[in-house]
Amino acid sequence: MSFLSLLVFSPLLGIMLLAFVRRTDAKMIQWLGTAATVPPLLLALFAFIQAGRGFRLEQLDEAHDWVRLADLPFFTDAAYVIRYELGIDGLSLLFIVLTAVLGTLAAVASLLVKVEKKGYFMWLLALEIGMLGVFAAANFIWFFLFLEVTLVAMFLLVGKWGGFERERAAYSYLLYNGLGSALLLVVIAVLVARTGTANFALLRDMLHNPIAEGQLIAPLTSEARHWLLGGLLLAFAFKLPAVPLHRWLIRVHVEAPPPVVMLHAGVLLKIAAYGMIRFGIGLFPDEFRAFAGAIAVLGVINILYGALLALRQRELKHVLAYSSVSHMGVVLVGLGALNEAGIQGAVFQSVAHGLIAALSFLLVGVLANRVGTTDIRRLGGLAKAMPLFSGYLLTAALALLGLPGLAGFVGEFTAFLGLFETKPALAAAGALGLIFAAVYSLRAILDITFGRARERYESPFNLRGPQESAASLSEPRGTAIDLQAKEAVPAFVLVALIVVVGVYPQLLAGPLAAVIETMMNGLGG
Amino acid sequence: MNDVWQANWSMMAPEWIVLAAAVVLLLVDLAMPKERSRRPLAWGAAAGAVLALIATAVMIPAEPVSILHDTFRLDGFAKAFKLILLAGGALALLLVAEWAPKEGSRYRGEFAYMMLFALLGAMMTASSGDLLTLFVSIELLTVSSYILAGLRKTATSSNEAALKYVINGGIATAIMLFGMSYVFGLTGTTKLGDIARQLQETNEPYMLGLAFLLLLIGVSFKLATVPFHMWAPDVYEGAPVPATAFFSVVSKTAGFVLLLRLFVTIFAAAPAEGRDPSSLLLSMQPVITVLAGLTMIIGNVVALRQRSLKRLLAYSSIAHAGYLLAGFAAMSWAMIDSLWIYLLAYVFMNIGAFAIVAHIVNETGSDDLDGLAGLYRHRPLLAAALGLFLLSLAGIPGTAGFIAKLYLFIGLVVTEPGHYVLAAVMAVTTVISYVYYFNLLVQLFFRPASLAPLRRLPAGLSTAVVVCALGTLAIGWAPGLAYDVLAQFGHFGDFFP
Repeated sequence: MSFLSLLVFSPLLGIMLLAFVRRTDAKMIQWLGTAATVPPLLLALFAFIQAGRGFRLEQLDEAHDWVRLADLPFFTDAAYVIRYELGIDGLSLLFIVLTAVLGTLAAVASLLVKVEKKGYFMWLLALEIGMLGVFAAANFIWFFLFLEVTLVAMFLLVGKWGGFERERAAYSYLLYNGLGSALLLVVIAVLVARTGTANFALLRDMLHNPIAEGQLIAPLTSEARHWLLGGLLLAFAFKLPAVPLHRWLIRVHVEAPPPVVMLHAGVLLKIAAYGMIRFGIGLFPDEFRAFAGAIAVLGVINILYGALLALRQRELKHVLAYSSVSHMGVVLVGLGALNEAGIQGAVFQSVAHGLIAALSFLLVGVLANRVGTTDIRRLGGLAKAMPLFSGYLLTAALALLGLPGLAGFVGEFTAFLGLFETKPALAAAGALGLIFAAVYSLRAILDITFGRARERYESPFNLRGPQESAASLSEPRGTAIDLQAKEAVPAFVLVALIVVVGVYPQLLAGPLAAVIETMMNGLGG
Repeated sequence: MNDVWQANWSMMAPEWIVLAAAVVLLLVDLAMPKERSRRPLAWGAAAGAVLALIATAVMIPAEPVSILHDTFRLDGFAKAFKLILLAGGALALLLVAEWAPKEGSRYRGEFAYMMLFALLGAMMTASSGDLLTLFVSIELLTVSSYILAGLRKTATSSNEAALKYVINGGIATAIMLFGMSYVFGLTGTTKLGDIARQLQETNEPYMLGLAFLLLLIGVSFKLATVPFHMWAPDVYEGAPVPATAFFSVVSKTAGFVLLLRLFVTIFAAAPAEGRDPSSLLLSMQPVITVLAGLTMIIGNVVALRQRSLKRLLAYSSIAHAGYLLAGFAAMSWAMIDSLWIYLLAYVFMNIGAFAIVAHIVNETGSDDLDGLAGLYRHRPLLAAALGLFLLSLAGIPGTAGFIAKLYLFIGLVVTEPGHYVLAAVMAVTTVISYVYYFNLLVQLFFRPASLAPLRRLPAGLSTAVVVCALGTLAIGWAPGLAYDVLAQFGHFGDFFP
């Protein structure tokens, strides 16, 4: 088995071993489930370090024949052969490392989940396989295949282990993302039907190279290309989510168990950004120009809308959910700028927000677990009882508002830098959102940590927060104990990563450089 | 008379096997003492179907032949679809073996051999090269099906189902025969090949168009596609579960076999007037496209409101007929291939689902959705298997349903101009179908168990479930297996007589 297959499918071993563990043996399940996320983490870090030392990632490509859809000897030999193909470049590697890191941390944080732990971990690992596969796929069909694995896994994770309105959240996740996927499938089918291949590199070649274009089984007119790109962008807009399509995100953020939200906000939303960069700019660079303005406008709308609504929320999970909407807008802004800084900013922002959102939801999970509520109005003065927790929460807030020296700043700064270059007026409007971000995040966090203590946490059994998760229900809520080692360690790792990325963005920029250069070439300089 | 003796009868080996099995089982059933269990008969019938399946598989490399003045053809098309029919029939017969309705399973013997007769009709349809054999064989299938629907003689719902089926089916048959009479009147022959050749010279587009529509109405009854789908939910609900499984898989496959044999051979070559004068079939493409779209929409939307598992699967099967009809409407080079793959996938995923539903209906006596609640708690493996079949029916990757649907999609957009609207309708209705399939998953995995634990799955059903699960996974993960079989038929180049 080659390296990438091993990387993607290594959590499968955990799933198989878990099947033999007794349902009641919670300790063993937790241990095994967490251990199963370690091999992909080690492999991903290994690849990352090797790539940093000049290893050429193309050597990891692998391909096996999978299915021959049609025998058409009158076309080229490879027509309608779908291979099992994995292959990564700097861009995918960043996301794979992000996935692997957050996968392990989320598994550690899953201590909070108490019911049906065995099934939970099996699906969590399946989710990780799906996410790793999405980024490692070198072909459209396999990209889609892994994407749908995440869809099913998320549906079950949200619907079974979520909060009170979990099934509603699961269905709205399923429908919005299902529509996005269906649209994507149509685009994929058109591309495969017209070109006879699903491989990214071959597709790019066929769509751009005038000589290779002659090999197209049916030519793609420029109008058809616009429609395809439009469909592609709309499909990913469902998954990002862009503003009118964002309702599901709020429900999922609020209802899903916190470790799942760590992965969802941290990685799954980024699949859309990844898709827009890889397929949107990668396959249709010329047509992308026509959409860039609209994407930038949509990004600014996302930033402002999310930030303004986050201001009005009285519930920490809601604040964070709307802040996710706002921060994904920054990704769109970077893409809409369509220059080197913009694209780099979009990727930086994706990774940074992945880390920050994971940290926030890790802490929210602890909060819901200890105090039984995440309603800001009911919380206050936690700093006295939980100093360590409050410290981390404050760091998360500072990262969220984009404090220089932390990861969030790099992404936002670079993305806006890109947009100021091409569309300064729009960028100025969007930058307002960053000010709102400072207001909503600081207000929410400071209320919780340093505000007046509004309830006595010593006897919180009378607290009936509207958003208690099923996980927290089964937990006897005693006193507000501070972070314990098993929670502090993942939080520390995340903070460390946020600081490292913030101080030394070259860590991300290094592997990206070659990818972005290819894209800029595609865009014509 | 000489022809009859010199004909290459061995080419009908699968049919002979099925016929012999049916007759032997009928005689054994008569001779058996009344109180003896008829279960072995169903096993015998399944064995017969498997034997015929092997015989068909052995004949795959043979050259296409036609005997009895072209009325019986054994070409790639016939072999390919007989494989599906026999696989579906054998799996449905496994369900018959474990059929245990409340009022007692006295008629299990009849069940086994009537299903074999129906299967024989379906197989003959695949091989017919003549309007008459086509008609007679499809009627053998439908008349046997009427009996299968009514086999729970003391249950009113079963009686009602049979009656509805007979009346609707009878009307459909009459209309189809009427259409055939026009074709015969215009050409003076019943041989499909001769008809196709004659029609190239005749110029009667309107008369022929009328014949086309009449035939389409007749066939769409058999396929249960909109607007002639109304009978299906009632019949599916009233009929015994194994019969429902049989209708949804074997009868549907036979319906599409009929559709391809009739329409592609007769009308593809016939000239037309209007939008596309090159061929009557192409000029009628918009009609089929609209019907396919409506079938997908109505089947999926109405399925959302069903509480009965059998009705839900009935509407789901209408929806799947819609997807298949869309594949037919595309009329791309991938048409027959993609329909074949889809029907093969459908056999596995649908019979698998029905096998588990059959067990639940047997055990609880009701087919309400609640019957699935908490199945995961008592029978995790069974729940996982049903989950797999449902995901496959929904077209989620990693299962046969996805590969099949992907191929249909490709078929829809590969033509110039592509059928983008139909592809979009298929995509959106697929998402709608997620709601009801995932609703069943919610019942299986999320809801607390409400009923006493189910007993273990009996041998017949567990065999069917295991085979279906393996088939669903195999086509999902290694679709090459199915495509390699398909490649043997060389894109059905010998389809036209």
